[in-house]
Amino acid sequence: MSEVILEVRDLVKHFPIRQGILFKRTIGQIKAVDGVSLDLHKGETLGIVGESGCGKSTLAKLLMNLEKPTSGEVRYQGRDVLRLNPADQRRLRRNIQLVMQDPYTSLNPRMTVGDIVGEPYEIHPDVAPKGERRRKVQELLDVVGLNPEHINRYPHQFSGGQRQRIGIARALALKPEVIVCDEPVSALDVSIQAQVMNLLDQLQNEFNLSYIFIAHDLSVVRHIADRVGVMYLGKMVEVGTDDDIYIRPTHPYTQALLSAVPVPDPTARQRKAVIRLEGDVPSPANPPSGCRFRTRCWKAQEICATEPPLLQIRPTSGHPSACHFAQEKDVVHAG
Amino acid sequence: MSSPEVATATAEAAVAPVTPAPAEPPRKDKPRSLWTDAWYELRRKPLFVISAIMITIFVLMAAFPWLFTSVSPTEADLNRSLTPPDFGAWFQFGKGGQFGYDLQGADVYARTIYGARASIVVGLSAVIGNMLLGGFFGILSGYLGGWTDALLARFGDIFLGLPFVLGALVILSTFAPVQSSPSAFRITSLVIVTFITLGWPSFARIMRAAVLSTKQLDFVHAAQALGARPGRIILRHVLPNAVAPMVVVGTITLGAYIGAEATLSFLGVGLREPVVSWGIMIGEARQLMEAAPYMMAFPAAFLAIAVLSFVMLGDAVRDALDPKLR
Repeated sequence: MSEVILEVRDLVKHFPIRQGILFKRTIGQIKAVDGVSLDLHKGETLGIVGESGCGKSTLAKLLMNLEKPTSGEVRYQGRDVLRLNPADQRRLRRNIQLVMQDPYTSLNPRMTVGDIVGEPYEIHPDVAPKGERRRKVQELLDVVGLNPEHINRYPHQFSGGQRQRIGIARALALKPEVIVCDEPVSALDVSIQAQVMNLLDQLQNEFNLSYIFIAHDLSVVRHIADRVGVMYLGKMVEVGTDDDIYIRPTHPYTQALLSAVPVPDPTARQRKAVIRLEGDVPSPANPPSGCRFRTRCWKAQEICATEPPLLQIRPTSGHPSACHFAQEKDVVHAG
Repeated sequence: MSSPEVATATAEAAVAPVTPAPAEPPRKDKPRSLWTDAWYELRRKPLFVISAIMITIFVLMAAFPWLFTSVSPTEADLNRSLTPPDFGAWFQFGKGGQFGYDLQGADVYARTIYGARASIVVGLSAVIGNMLLGGFFGILSGYLGGWTDALLARFGDIFLGLPFVLGALVILSTFAPVQSSPSAFRITSLVIVTFITLGWPSFARIMRAAVLSTKQLDFVHAAQALGARPGRIILRHVLPNAVAPMVVVGTITLGAYIGAEATLSFLGVGLREPVVSWGIMIGEARQLMEAAPYMMAFPAAFLAIAVLSFVMLGDAVRDALDPKLR
């Protein structure tokens, strides 16, 4: 496998819950991200899936340095991003860019497309001399499949898919190595989703980009990701190649998630065993002891309440899985 | 995905009936922003058109009063004291006395025309000053938050806690006592400063609220992710998207300030001789209400129409700038 470009070690983000009018006391912590580690290799796509509220978007914000982590490290090419001085941080930001979820709010409605896509050059003026910027912006629009003549239009004159392309063009402007995509297609129609994902795929080949692709749609992630991480309540529960996760899942939560994916074939649907989870996701302010999934897990035993399972390769699981009773089970193709 | 074509097509369709002017340059790929959208919207509203015409007339009156009358507002002839209006003079240019003469024998029509200047100057300057000062502090407390916000909010509350008329009475009667006769410039600027002192906290609050909601939008985060500094984020991203509510309140407040200026002049602490203003005229006419009701009627009517025009303009602008009402 190629070199590791982005390393995340034990990343933790706790949001304090404050109460009181004059003197605010901290009465608890929302454990949004609680000890996530991951490696991103050059040129690969790491998909991150999980249900709403599991900390996916907070993870993206932490990676982009938009939020300060409570503890942990983010290392880009071996250098700790969080301990750099502001000037170095700005230079480093060029290499990690963000594509946001909602194409309707991620573009400033008062700026033309040319200004939006060209803004990275104004913030980092040494990347492109002034005279070249307009041409570069038009090139970028061409790369993402938009008409370069539309440089003077405003975002509201474009459709959702086109806006997302503008957002991608903005992220590409500084020639980054890593792009964090925070649910880039979940706000789009299914037909447009495919177009945008194919565009991302094509750009990856063209510019040798690495993606961290956050989504809640399992089929979207399977389509684009080389490796997949599954998150539950701020923790990574299982990591593996897409075949590891989709064909040989070993964590009960992953199995439950996959069993909920709709199957288009009606005969296969009847043969499929659906795993129904009981109850709701526990509050991240007060997560269960030991394994966080144990309150909804059909395999839970005594040890699950006392000992948090580590994300590691186990005798019964060929890829890292955070379950004491990890067991392979092909849910999607199960008879 | 043909929405851009559709958007421009509707834009052109909307423009066509309003401006069939042949001089119009060919509009090919004209960008449309919220403000141009609002402008298209406004031009089709009778309420806006009427108030805009009225305001244009009042502004012309303020800037070039001699276009409307050839009589001096300060020239008084006691022989003509309290002469009632001469309705025949309405149709004869150059003849005075259309609205009658006041106690001193000065032409009421000329004074009403010249009175527009004081009202418009005070109203406009006070609103612009409020927008600059209140907007600045609003952005500061909204964007920075924390201690700056708390401190500025409490400081502004001091001024907001004061009832407007009481506050203005205290300030004006301290710096320009009722018996004194300050110069026209001094008393005008004093009234403007009073309005700004008492008005900026409400503008700051509006700006703060708008900045708070704007700075959480995704495109602000996107700019931060690109490494933009706070100055650029505020000027390029937050301010243009947060200024609309303040503009709307400003237009409405303009009308209120013209009325407030008249109130203070009437009470004797605001503008006074040698300045000519509607408030002063109404104040003088009060004692002669029975003998010469026209002295009250004409400046009061002008005042009411001016205030109404600005309030209507404010309403129309608010509707046009709020896409949800479209």
